[in-house]
Amino acid sequence: MNYYLRRTLRIPLTVFAVATLSFGLIRLLPGGPFTQLRVQLLRQGVPAEQVDARIQALQNIRPDAPLWQQYLDYLVGVVQLDLGESISYGTPVLEIIARALPWTVLLVVVSTVLMFVIGVLIGAVQAYWEGSIFDTVFSGGSIFLMAVPYYIFAVVGLFFLGYQLRLFPTGNAVARTVEAGFTLQYFTSVLHHAALPIIAFTIGGIGSTALNMRSNSIQVLGREYVEVARLRGLSDGRIATRYVAQNAILPMYTGLLLLLGFRLGGTVVLEEIFSYPGLGYYLINAVNANDYPLMMGCFLVITVTLVVAVCIADLTYGLIDPRISAGDTDGY
Amino acid sequence: MATEADSTDDIDWRSEASAVEMSRRERLREFGRRWVYEPAVIAWADMRTRIGLLILSVYGLMALVEVFGLWRNPGTNQADPLLKPFETMQFPLGTTRSGVDLLALIIDSTPFMLLMVLAGGVWATGIAVLVGTISGYKGGTVDNAITSISDFFMAIPGLPLVIVLAVALKPENPIFLGVILTINYWAGLGRSIRSQVLSIRESSYIEAARTMGTSTPRIILKDVLPNIMPYVMVNFVLAARYTIFAAVGLYFLGVLPYTGQNWGVTLNYGYEKGGLLTMEAFHWLLVPIVAIVGLTFGLILVSQGLDRVFNPQVRTRLTGESESIEEENETTTTGMM
Repeated sequence: MNYYLRRTLRIPLTVFAVATLSFGLIRLLPGGPFTQLRVQLLRQGVPAEQVDARIQALQNIRPDAPLWQQYLDYLVGVVQLDLGESISYGTPVLEIIARALPWTVLLVVVSTVLMFVIGVLIGAVQAYWEGSIFDTVFSGGSIFLMAVPYYIFAVVGLFFLGYQLRLFPTGNAVARTVEAGFTLQYFTSVLHHAALPIIAFTIGGIGSTALNMRSNSIQVLGREYVEVARLRGLSDGRIATRYVAQNAILPMYTGLLLLLGFRLGGTVVLEEIFSYPGLGYYLINAVNANDYPLMMGCFLVITVTLVVAVCIADLTYGLIDPRISAGDTDGY
Repeated sequence: MATEADSTDDIDWRSEASAVEMSRRERLREFGRRWVYEPAVIAWADMRTRIGLLILSVYGLMALVEVFGLWRNPGTNQADPLLKPFETMQFPLGTTRSGVDLLALIIDSTPFMLLMVLAGGVWATGIAVLVGTISGYKGGTVDNAITSISDFFMAIPGLPLVIVLAVALKPENPIFLGVILTINYWAGLGRSIRSQVLSIRESSYIEAARTMGTSTPRIILKDVLPNIMPYVMVNFVLAARYTIFAAVGLYFLGVLPYTGQNWGVTLNYGYEKGGLLTMEAFHWLLVPIVAIVGLTFGLILVSQGLDRVFNPQVRTRLTGESESIEEENETTTTGMM
């Protein structure tokens, strides 16, 4: 079957598996979210039927139904985009998530692209001048950047630029006074609010990208085909881009897919520090408020977002590396 | 080409006989020279490894100090509140607002952190190497099955899953916590190892080994693994780094359960009780940060230095043995052409 078609068909399958996992986490784990809620309510003296009815209202699961029934109910709910009702906000979970998702995607996409481009450029130059002062300084710098968690940049940035110098806002995604719409004012407000989180998240990833690119390029530079290309008298520019850069970036591209996952997960800490109203922010709030429907909703949607992102990146990987789409490898 | 084939034949024929002739001690010495002494010399020659090992040994020392109880345990009101670092040598890193010795806080949780980091790194890289090499080398149905499974685990972003799991499981044991934090880290790493193995399996020496009838585990161990070893080493450190970052981040957010104050919890207290707003308590925030960054920095330095041990290209270039090998290489290429 066609590679692209097959890869796209895998999305619903993965989403289904993730929903199953999500259900498992809700119901099956000892002391799982709803068991805890149930015990909590029962201890408060609420009659058992009322407790069950309340839980069903919150998360289309009937605690007294057989397990398979609960599972089917949950899956049907997910397909109908009914993720239950938030306990702490009192609104449908989907409504909250729909508002939060774009902000998270904005943070992740912009910071990841910036990080990748800047890191690749630095790494390539380092590899080209391997052993020079530039290389030594930037290698040291990259290693140090790698050793510092991104949320430390966030905390320090917030401390100096947010609280002390008051250059950047310390919360929210846009100023409250600005109306949403295609106005210049709205866009500048969005950028102003997103700048610090994006900068912190970008700096946190540049070090490893640059080091990766550097070591990949050095490996490629040692290959015979590069030597042959030199002997053939090809121009340095052509060798650097077509022969070295392309082959050095290729393995990093799969790394980029993973990175998306880590970075999407990483927004949890970042958004909480900046009080930036994305998915991660609501996830932590939900955990702190024991708001299980919202918590599981956020988890499910973050996961589905990643599934889609990885699939998009996978499909483009086939364009870059023709071996992938050529079909299955022969079994040994 | 002809001489090359002859020489390999020679080694091949003799290898069985010489294995019998060589005494056990000789073989042990040979093994030690090849796998312990030479790598150690190369690694030590690198500045980064030396500094990295030095930093790591400081953490090891701190863990030992805690295990043998050589430093006081943290407790409230053991000193004046908010002493600056190096204000009195009795409390070298200063104290918190409630008068807890910060150095004692850091030392107290060092063994916990080291265990957690080790558990996370070993778990993540071990499974990833196993899964990645088998799936990449075997190909076919095995590959499809493994890829589908790891695709699923890859599809779950790490931190949110850990948060949900932590709510349900409440991990407090450091080893268990390390495994939970990297519960799906292996999937992504396994995928990238697989893609590396995919290109290695096409190389001529693998094909040669396979034609000779070498068994799959032996090819993976002898021909594939050395090629990806630098990558695996670097990724072991990256997994360890991820474990530290995730643990401290989640402790910082107050999502993970805790009994004693560890680095992340200290960071959280420092942040919430004024470290962020006034310079007066800034050291409270700084001390745990330095502890985290120092450990990660040491790990990364060592992995960067070890790159030379595993990467034959870098290795020959640096030890100055390159001349003869390069000549050999050149003859083979011209011969083949």
